[in-house]
Parts: sequence; C-alpha cells; structure tokens
Amino acid sequence: MTKTAARSGWRDGNDAWRYAFSRIVQSAFVLWAAYTVSFVILYILPSDPVSIMLNQGDQSMVDPAQVAALRAQYHLDEPLLVQYGIALWQALRLDLGVSIQTGQQVAAMLAQAAPATAALALCALAAALVLGLGLALAASSARNARLRSALQAAPSLGVCLPTFWVGLLLLQWLSFTFPVFSAMGNDGWQSLVLPAATLALPTAATVAQVLSRSLSAVWGQPFVGALRAKGLSRRRLLFTHVLPNATIPVLTMTGVLMGNLLAGSVVTETVFSREGIGRLAQGAVAVKDIPVVQGVVVLAAAVFVAVNLVVDLAYPLLDPRITRNRARALA
Amino acid sequence: MQRSVASVMNQTRGAHAPRRAAGIGAALCAAAFALLGTAAHGAQPQYGGILKVALEGDPLCVDPQQPGNNTALNIGRQITDSLTDQDPETGNIVPWLATSWKSEDDNRRFTFVLRDGATFADGSPLDADAVKANFDGIVKMGARASLASTYLAGLDRIDTPDPRTVVIVFKQPNAQFLQATSTMSMGLLSKATLAKSYEERCQGQVVGSGPFTLTSFVHNQAAKLQRREDYGWPSSLAAHKDKAYLEGIEFRIIPESGVRNGSLLSRQVDVSTSVQPQDEKVLLAQGFPILARSNPGLVYSFFPNESLPLWASPAVRRAIVKGINRPELQAILSRYQRAATSVLAKTTPSYVDQSQALAYDPKGAAKLLEDDGWVLGKDGIREKNGERLTVRLEYWQAVTFLELVQQQLREIGVDLQLKKSVIGQVNAQRDTGKMPLQFYNLTRADPDILRTVFLASGRNVNFRQPAEVDEVLAKSAAAQEPAERRALIARAAELLVADGHAIPLVELATVGATGKHVHGLHYDASSRLQFYDTWLQK
Repeated sequence: MTKTAARSGWRDGNDAWRYAFSRIVQSAFVLWAAYTVSFVILYILPSDPVSIMLNQGDQSMVDPAQVAALRAQYHLDEPLLVQYGIALWQALRLDLGVSIQTGQQVAAMLAQAAPATAALALCALAAALVLGLGLALAASSARNARLRSALQAAPSLGVCLPTFWVGLLLLQWLSFTFPVFSAMGNDGWQSLVLPAATLALPTAATVAQVLSRSLSAVWGQPFVGALRAKGLSRRRLLFTHVLPNATIPVLTMTGVLMGNLLAGSVVTETVFSREGIGRLAQGAVAVKDIPVVQGVVVLAAAVFVAVNLVVDLAYPLLDPRITRNRARALA
Repeated sequence: MQRSVASVMNQTRGAHAPRRAAGIGAALCAAAFALLGTAAHGAQPQYGGILKVALEGDPLCVDPQQPGNNTALNIGRQITDSLTDQDPETGNIVPWLATSWKSEDDNRRFTFVLRDGATFADGSPLDADAVKANFDGIVKMGARASLASTYLAGLDRIDTPDPRTVVIVFKQPNAQFLQATSTMSMGLLSKATLAKSYEERCQGQVVGSGPFTLTSFVHNQAAKLQRREDYGWPSSLAAHKDKAYLEGIEFRIIPESGVRNGSLLSRQVDVSTSVQPQDEKVLLAQGFPILARSNPGLVYSFFPNESLPLWASPAVRRAIVKGINRPELQAILSRYQRAATSVLAKTTPSYVDQSQALAYDPKGAAKLLEDDGWVLGKDGIREKNGERLTVRLEYWQAVTFLELVQQQLREIGVDLQLKKSVIGQVNAQRDTGKMPLQFYNLTRADPDILRTVFLASGRNVNFRQPAEVDEVLAKSAAAQEPAERRALIARAAELLVADGHAIPLVELATVGATGKHVHGLHYDASSRLQFYDTWLQK
C-alpha cells in the first residue's frame, strides 16, 4: 500500500484500477505460459510438419535435400530455443506467422474462422443461460415435491450427455429424418440452431445445477426469512433479492463455461461440418501445423482471460463488497 | 466477389433442399425415385444444376501440382486439363490437349503435338510455351511438387520448335513419363498462375484450362466451382465435346462419415466421395448407386527392412508371404475391397495375377522357418538362438485387417506386434531407417511405381543390396515396346514377391456414392472423380 493510497483512503475507483492492472499483468503471464507450454508439447511430438505436408496419404518420393531446404525455410532445423525465440519474438510483434500446411497468414486464418465460432459460442452461451435459469427457477418454485426432485435431477443427466452423441442425435432427428435444419455449413442462422443447441445442452445443465443449489442456499438464509416476515411476496423476493444473490456462483462459472464452449466447439464444428476455430485447431494439430496451433492457443487463452477479467470486474455490480475485499487481499 | 457467388449458390440448393424434401411423403419419394431410376437409363443428359459433393477432409491446398490429399485431387482434376488422358478400362494413354506424341531414344525424348484453340480461363493461350513454363516450374518447385517433380526427375531440357510442338528430353530412359502427363499432378496452369507464390496457389489462386473454374475456397468449409461456358477441349475419352453439363460444383467438407451418409440419404448432398464400410449397407438397401474402384498402383503391403538381422535370410520373409491367408481377409473387408492377388492392383496397367505365388501355405511357411533354425517355443512363437520371432509394425492407416493378419501369422509362429500411431510419428520412425517393417499402399496408374519404390539405387524401401530385380526394373524404364515392358514388369513383380521384398495384403478401393438423380459420374484411371460428363436429372 502506498502513502498516497493510504491518504486517499482506498476509494473504490482506485481499488478497481489497481485490481484491473494486476489482473492484466496476470493475464499476460497466462498468455505467455499457454504459448510456451503448447510450443514445448508440439516440439516433443515426433516428426515435423514438413514431413507430414509432403506425405499426404501416400508416401513421399522426394529428394531429402529438397525436404531439408523446406525445413530450413520454416526454421525447423534450428535448436528448440532458437525456434522458440523466433516464434515468440514474432508473436510479441503480433505476427503469428504463416501456416506450414497452407501458407496462409495465421492471423488471417483466425480472423476468417473466429466469427463463426464466436456466433456459435455466444448463441450456445445465451441458450444455456436461459435454459439453465429456466430449469433452476422451475425446480426451485415447483410446489410438488416429486416434480421438484425430478427437475433438480434433470441437470445431472444433462451434464452426462456427450456433445458428440447429442449432435448426431439432433442431426438424425431434425435434419435427416425430418428435414427441418441443414446438416452442415455456416449458411445463416438456420445452420446455427442445431450446433448451438448441441453445445448449449450440457452447459445449460451445469448452469441449472449450480443455480439450483445456490437458490436453495439463499432461500435458507436468515435475511430471506426477515424479508418474508415484512410481507414481501414470494415472487418479488425471488427476483429482487434471492436471484441476484444466487447468480454470483453462476457468474463465476461463466468464465469456465466459456472455456468449455470453446473446447466443445472442436467436436461440434466437426459433427456439423462448420468452419471455425475448433475445426482449425483440430486440423492443425493433426498435421502438426505449429504456427496455427500456437495462434489458436493464444486466441483461446486471450478469450478465456478476457472473459474472466470481465466477469471479475462485473462482480461489484452485483455485490459491491467484493471489490474492496479482493483489492485488499491483493494489495 | 467470391462471397457473392457463394451465397447465390447456397440459395439455389443449400437452404431449400431440406424443406423441399419435407414436402414429399416417404412413400411418394420412393416411388418417384424408382421411376427416375428406370427413366434415367435412356434419358438424354441435361444441362444445368449445381452438384453438391461431400468431401471427407479439408483439401489444405487446391493447387493440383502441389502435394494433394485425395480431396484436393478431386477438386484439382476439374479445373485443370492434362496433355494426355488414361483410359481407366485399358490403361492406354489417349489424346487430350496433345493430339499426338512419340517417344524416341529409349524413352529419353518425348514430342507432343498440341491441339489448337485451347485457352486458360484467364484467356491466355495453352501453347507449347505454356507447357514448357509449367514443367520447368514443377522442377523448380522441387519438394513442394512431391509427385510431379519425381515424374520429371532427370529432365535435361524442354524445346518448343513451334507453338504447337513441345519436345521434352531426359538424361535417362523414362518410360513412365507418358502416363505421368495424364495425371493431374502435371495438370497445366496459366502463366499468370505460375507467377504467383506457391502459398497463393494453394489458397485457390489457380487458373487452369479445365471445364470448371474455382470461384471460392474456404478451408474446412467449401470449395465452389463454376462452369466455363467456352470450354471445348475435353479428353478423347469424354462422352460429349462442349461445356460441362453441370453449371457448378459445390464441394462441402463433411468430416463425419455418418453425417456424409445422412446428408446423402436426405438429399442435402448429391455425391459422397468417401463411404465407410459400415455405411455401405444402408445405401445399398435404399438403392443408392455406389461408385467403387480399386486404386491402381502398389497394394497395401508389408515392406521388410532387410538391413536388420531379422530379415538377413530370405526365409522369414518368404514364410510370411506364405503364412497369410488372403482369401480369409476378404471376410472382414468392405465388399468393394479385395485381397491382393499381386504386388500391383488389378487396375494397374501390366497387372499380372500372382495368386499362385501368394497362395496360403502354412506348412510350407513352417518348413521354411524350421529349415532356417526357427523352432517353436512354449508359447507357440518360434525362437532361434534364444531370440523370439517378433516383428514390430507401427502404422497410421485406418485399416481393420491387420489384426487378422496378426492372428494368421501367429499360427506359423510369428509374433506380429501392432502399434497404431499417427502419420507424423510413423514417418519419423521410418526416417531413422530402423523400422523393421513398413506398411502402406501407393496410388499410381503406372507399373513404374515398382521402380520408384523398390529400386536399390532409388528409394529402396527394403534397405537392401542390389539384386537381379534392379536390373529388370532399370530395363523396364527404357523398354520401347509395350509387350517388352509388360514382360519386364511381370518379371520384377515375380522377383519382388518370391524374395519377400514385398508382402502384398489388400487392394485398397475408393468407394463413393451418389444420389439416384446423378448420372455420368466416374473415376479416372487414377481412381479420382471426373465430373465433366456428370449431369443432374431434374
């Protein structure tokens, strides 16, 4: 704590800036760590991308000298540290390099794929939140005990559903048997429905699970009893007092959920033949296209970090006590 | 610009196909299809329509001269033409852009006479100069043109005495070159395309002289082709002479086999280029036409690394050739694949049936091993000087028959240990020269594939010393007479199997399927799809 800060008496605004700054430093560290770890993992894997590029399905018949020249072009003949240094220096200057497989700029590939994944992930997140919230509210307000326990058990079932299986099932019903939606591609909102639903179902289940539990915890708190004694209606109590308090764990989870959605996009985009970051990552890993994998890792880490940052900065809006306590803890 | 073309195409078929299909009852649908099926045989080809084709993977690079996976080759074939074409039935080389040719000086010198009037899609003429620029460009590209550059290995010079004559001179005999000119790896691109960077070409900046032009390419998503209205120089094998019947082709990348199949059954796509064995039954039951053809070239085989002590004597190699019950493999293969009957697939020119040499003979195998000092151990695996007869195989291909081969070899006392891995790792292992056994197939519609793979002074897949087979292979490259070349190839195949340099297993087949309204789609000699004569029944 600095003298100025002590004199200024830790105003909330100052706390927030300090807190944001420290979080940004942390975020940069996370980005660097993600970049480095993925680089090392890719390096440890045997073989190199040039060999894979020249062996598409059939075995290569090319002159080893020419292969060596290509490897040199991509600095693949340099020692690990030199390769890492070159890549990191480029990345710091926001140059993510060129894909070894396709020769495209990695940044351009990410820019091309990102909107599709963003649309998918945001739709899925919105659907998951609405569905999860609805289910949790239904479970908490159900009068019938059996219905309530059934509704409370439903999310556990949803969490268990593998994305892959849900996707294929939805396709079978709503595209192949009853041709309501297109089975593939990124052609407008219509092609977004099934993949977003596939991705949203397990996420919604998680949201419902957490919210259900936290709702029943808040309903049991003494302040609720006091407010009810004052004559507040159950509905008013729920929406103005219980729900805002109960959503804080869900907000905390949103950051994690975003990560899950990004990870789930690999499977969903493959099943629904969609363009996107997930497909890009899957393809790049398969052919060991290091610059592309690195680019995806950095982008995913950046999104993850940014969402968590926003979530953290949003806490005070729901509960002003949080900033002061956190900032104190960090100072 | 590219985007707008894409969106128009989507509107025409993509968005409405499911809804349109929804309107028709299932029974009506079946009846209508049955009628269409019978009507189609006598029907006249119709112009128009966009064909939707499901590909199983991202093409990565659409330049046909650069290393392509199968999906890329299926796109590249439609936008480029070649000097010659190869008849898939006979294997004969027939005219395409070249109307005639001759080879001289023991296949060192090839002269092609080009047809008049062919142009690239950018309007530039397809003349001798353009051919020279293409072939010189391939040599310069080196490793990036991993197939085409080997076809041109040993190129001395290319002369263009007049705009319609190209003379290609090699330093050594090169009998395979004529067939190579029919492949899409040597498909011709406009000079403006050649001036572009290799990366730009990969990304879709390729202009050829083919019946279609590439209008858009989005990775992991789609490639869209549009018909050239002024096209009129198809291969002499084509069924018609003017522009293609289809207005366009939309390749959709659908990695999941179940989704490809469902999309085909629900008419969201018209063609699936890759049908998995488990999906064949459903398609056949519903009467969907299956397109299947064995891939020409080297069949799926084991290639022993003869520099290792295990294989030093030919006995173990010969025993393994005899110890595999190939007809039994058929039970677990797709109905369109077959057990190998030679080191070459049946669709390869100069194929000779070697079933006799590949006959299952477990007793003969056991005797060979016993005579070589391998005696049965307690667990049924043979041993010699305390060493078990264990062969390790690391492979990446999605094949199901290796486990059965493993069981069969166990019966003659050979312990085949299988390790399924990924392509990158297998290649890395191979490059160390320590892998006891390699396993792969190679698609090439010319028997020269044997020379490419086995020649001791070349790739030498067996890491072996020169032998009689090398002389035979070298002679085959210089043979002028087809009959002479055939005899030499047959002799080489015989020697390769007899000494166990190649242990043939299974002939790979390319299996695709189409909707019942798709006609005139067929494979070329290399088992890649050719869409020029394809038409849609309305």
